[in-house]
Amino acid sequence: MAPDGNMTNGFKVVGTRPKRPDGVDKVTGRAKFGADAAAPGMLHASIVRSPHAHAKILKIDTSKAEALKGVKAVVTRADFAEGLTGENWNILENVMAGDTALYDGHAVAAVAATTALAARDAAKLIEVEYEPLPHVTDVDKAMAADAPVIRAGAADKSVPEGMHPNVVRYHESGHGDVDKGFAEADLVIEESFKTEATHQGYIEPHACLAQLGPDGKGEVWCCTQGHFNVQKVCAALVGTETSQLRVTPSEIGGGFGGKTVVFIEPVALALSRKANRPVKLVMSRSEVFRATGPTASTSMDIKIGMTREGKITAAQGVFRLQGGAFPGAPMEFTAMCAFAPYALENVHQIGYDVMSNRPKQAAYRAPGSPMAAFAVESVIDELCNKLDLDPIEVRLKNASKEGTKASYGPKFERIGLVETLEAARAHPHLTAPLAEGQGRGISCGFWFNHGGETAVSLALSEDGTVAISVGTPDIGGSRASMGQMAAEELGIPYENIRTTVADTATLGYNEISHGSRVTYASGLATIKAARDAVKKLCARAAAKWGIDEEAVVWEDGCAKPSGPNAGEFEPLPLAKIARSMGRTGGPIVGHYEATPEGAGVSFATHIVDAEVDKETGQTKVVRYTVVQDAGKAIHPTYVEGQFQGGAAQGIGWALNEEYIYGEDGRLQNSGFLDYRIPVASDLPMIDTVIVEVPNPGHPYGVRGVGETSICPPLAAIANAVSNAAGVRLTELPMSPPRILKALNDQANG
Amino acid sequence: MEYHTPGSFKDAATIAAKAEGVTRFLAGGTDVLVQLRADMVTPDVLIDIKQIAGVKDIAREEGGWRIGAAVAGAEMTEHSELGKEWPGVVEAMDLIGSTQIQGRATLVGNLCNGSPAADSVPALMAAGASVSVVGASGTRKIPVEEIPAGPGKTNLAKGEVISAVHLPARGDNAGDAYLRFIPRTEMDIAVVGCGVSLRLDGPAVAEARVSLGAVAPRVLLVEDAAKAIIGSSLDDAALEALAAAASAACNPIDDKRGTIEFRTHVAGVLAQRAAKIAYERAGGAK
Repeated sequence: MAPDGNMTNGFKVVGTRPKRPDGVDKVTGRAKFGADAAAPGMLHASIVRSPHAHAKILKIDTSKAEALKGVKAVVTRADFAEGLTGENWNILENVMAGDTALYDGHAVAAVAATTALAARDAAKLIEVEYEPLPHVTDVDKAMAADAPVIRAGAADKSVPEGMHPNVVRYHESGHGDVDKGFAEADLVIEESFKTEATHQGYIEPHACLAQLGPDGKGEVWCCTQGHFNVQKVCAALVGTETSQLRVTPSEIGGGFGGKTVVFIEPVALALSRKANRPVKLVMSRSEVFRATGPTASTSMDIKIGMTREGKITAAQGVFRLQGGAFPGAPMEFTAMCAFAPYALENVHQIGYDVMSNRPKQAAYRAPGSPMAAFAVESVIDELCNKLDLDPIEVRLKNASKEGTKASYGPKFERIGLVETLEAARAHPHLTAPLAEGQGRGISCGFWFNHGGETAVSLALSEDGTVAISVGTPDIGGSRASMGQMAAEELGIPYENIRTTVADTATLGYNEISHGSRVTYASGLATIKAARDAVKKLCARAAAKWGIDEEAVVWEDGCAKPSGPNAGEFEPLPLAKIARSMGRTGGPIVGHYEATPEGAGVSFATHIVDAEVDKETGQTKVVRYTVVQDAGKAIHPTYVEGQFQGGAAQGIGWALNEEYIYGEDGRLQNSGFLDYRIPVASDLPMIDTVIVEVPNPGHPYGVRGVGETSICPPLAAIANAVSNAAGVRLTELPMSPPRILKALNDQANG
Repeated sequence: MEYHTPGSFKDAATIAAKAEGVTRFLAGGTDVLVQLRADMVTPDVLIDIKQIAGVKDIAREEGGWRIGAAVAGAEMTEHSELGKEWPGVVEAMDLIGSTQIQGRATLVGNLCNGSPAADSVPALMAAGASVSVVGASGTRKIPVEEIPAGPGKTNLAKGEVISAVHLPARGDNAGDAYLRFIPRTEMDIAVVGCGVSLRLDGPAVAEARVSLGAVAPRVLLVEDAAKAIIGSSLDDAALEALAAAASAACNPIDDKRGTIEFRTHVAGVLAQRAAKIAYERAGGAK
């Protein structure tokens, strides 16, 4: 029998690179994404959105739209559940405005018609009368005394008295005495930083097909990172029972945190209920930018003290995050991650969650952490430059280790920051010569990772093949890694296993695919489900042989007697037991349901070389190396892909991506032309180094890898650019006009 | 929506003259169809000119070239001779969009879309290109710089259509270049564009034309910038004067793509860089 405890070596399948199970479907176009579903009698929907950043909705006249040929239903806020509280109220308020439009693009009505064109034309006929209100979109301005109030009474009890009502949550943490620490420093640097909101930029817009009958039974097909969450939220927002709504997730064309949120499914359900027909709703790219969740924008003040020898004596940070017109900007994560890489005696951090007239922010890979790293690691770089210290050695000197009291409170278990720094130090990139105009930057990054509610079932077929059902949409190759982990446990080939993301009726509740939790939590559940199946397989063999279950072990895909005392029996392979299972006790299904809490935190160190054209301010990233602790890489190719993806998105965030609002509070760049994600030719080959310091909380040592990879890039690139340009950049994105201005300001003294 | 496929430009002009509502000519469709899909412009009358004989031809004409109104960028790039004589024009066209777009997009479409940031237009202006305009009263040949009127607008009258672009004979000791500034490396729209075409007499610049895009409501032909280098061998003083004249000609806006300050400065930088390339292509030693 496979070991009950942890194993960190001797793997046969784990650590290999089998073919991705969804590859052929995706390259042939057979894979079904959100917009690929259709149903008989299906209607098409269109949403009417506010052209104002902030406005009272005085009147909505739907009569002309309803009179248009082909129109079957129009909905407004009145068609959704009443009396919701807490987060469900917030979600509904975002999904369909109540009496106030809170941001440019806020949904105010929706229409379903027999064709997409008719729906679009009908949407134009819905007349909304607005009374524009003063608006604010900048985080610092939203906290200022004269800022318009987005929603009075939205603040919770954490907020100190005297703050502007737009400050809705407050966080404070740390330990030691920072004043004492700063007094001990040979150099103290204090600097302020800003970052703009960026969008996850997933290639597939939100899309769904929904049906809700008058009996309260419904079906949703949608593109999401968490269909159980869609089920729960939609049931609340349209007022039906959770189990009466079955949600099936489509293939997903990227999410990165942005598809953890419900936007259009309740609207399609409400329209469907009214029309009594299935309704398909697909967002345009412009709607995705205007009305789904980008990151929070930030304003941050960092102060760090260091000795001549490079020891950090004290660190403090103030982090102000604007999260749109709703509470929830992840400022506590920003504050908690900021100094996590370092073992500090004196550390203090404050976070503010600030509302503004922007769309409700959503998670984007390690929400809140990349911005903190940008600010903190920039100051550390500046300290290293001024004290003439090596940036890797300084980080090693201060690095958090097992047993370190983390800046956010708990003691770290076994962690791999030192190992990533040592691997970075040993990498040829670090000592490669730089050409004229180039600069090098390094940065560390940290993310917590997450466990969460998880249920997995693993069913044997009579031919000895295995079907795994998971409830976590595959956003990063989890179908492959689940198959590998099950193959490892069962001792059968990877190819004999098919992993399916099952609908909400098939499994118990599964939390969203977020928090880098899937390979960890669904992986752990898959291993345990396989072990459950193995136990049942051994029991069948024991019954056949007439010996105790405890006298049977599972090795190389076969039940075997545990030793000479157990008796002499021919090993029974899985396929043979499966063939007779109907006669020996019925179907064999392994399953596991739990909320695992041992997700190991993860650290990374990135090295970047950037070249700055001082005449135009243009930056080219010429070399990039990611070093990250994966705990144990189940499928190294996917792990490397996560490392590279985080770096690529970080390059965009650092250099050119930003939400640009006009004076009128409207988003000016709601398309990929002017919202500039990197194109392929903007990126160098991104080199990767997988460090494996096992996570004690997972049977194989897995740590989540999807998020940590986006924590260091902003800082590493900012350090490289600042070193290349000879001037410190403190604001993101470091777009050419901003770099050129910094160079000119420096030249003009 | 009415859809027409006339067999001649005369017919196309006649249909346009009689059309009511929003009229668009369709060649590659990389602007017209995108605007239609994006619900920005829904034409009432769409006149597809691709059925007209010769619209996809690149032909010799008076020692120069005649490029039909429906010639795609990819055909210009892959033409065996055009790029040797007018590399700046061909490269400018080639910068537009992706490979897929290059299979459809046309010079005339880029010009008639009226964008101040159009990449091919500064290159055409610098080259001294002209266009044939067909209208009710016949065909007239006018310089490219007389077409743009402002963002999204041209000086073409209702019932007028451009049938071809004419590049003059290149002649000896001459070269052209076009450079644009974008924050990325491709698939973007010019924040500043600059075309330079010049002819040398020995090491000295004998003739020059300098054109700037994306720094004013329409693409500019900057005579002062040309004057700054004519007579020089593109020495540092001439390059400095060129940059100053280019920057002085700018009348840009602050927008999501760049600031006034940035565009004004980079116009000078690009003018210098493009002039150096054109000078080298003309056989000047640098």
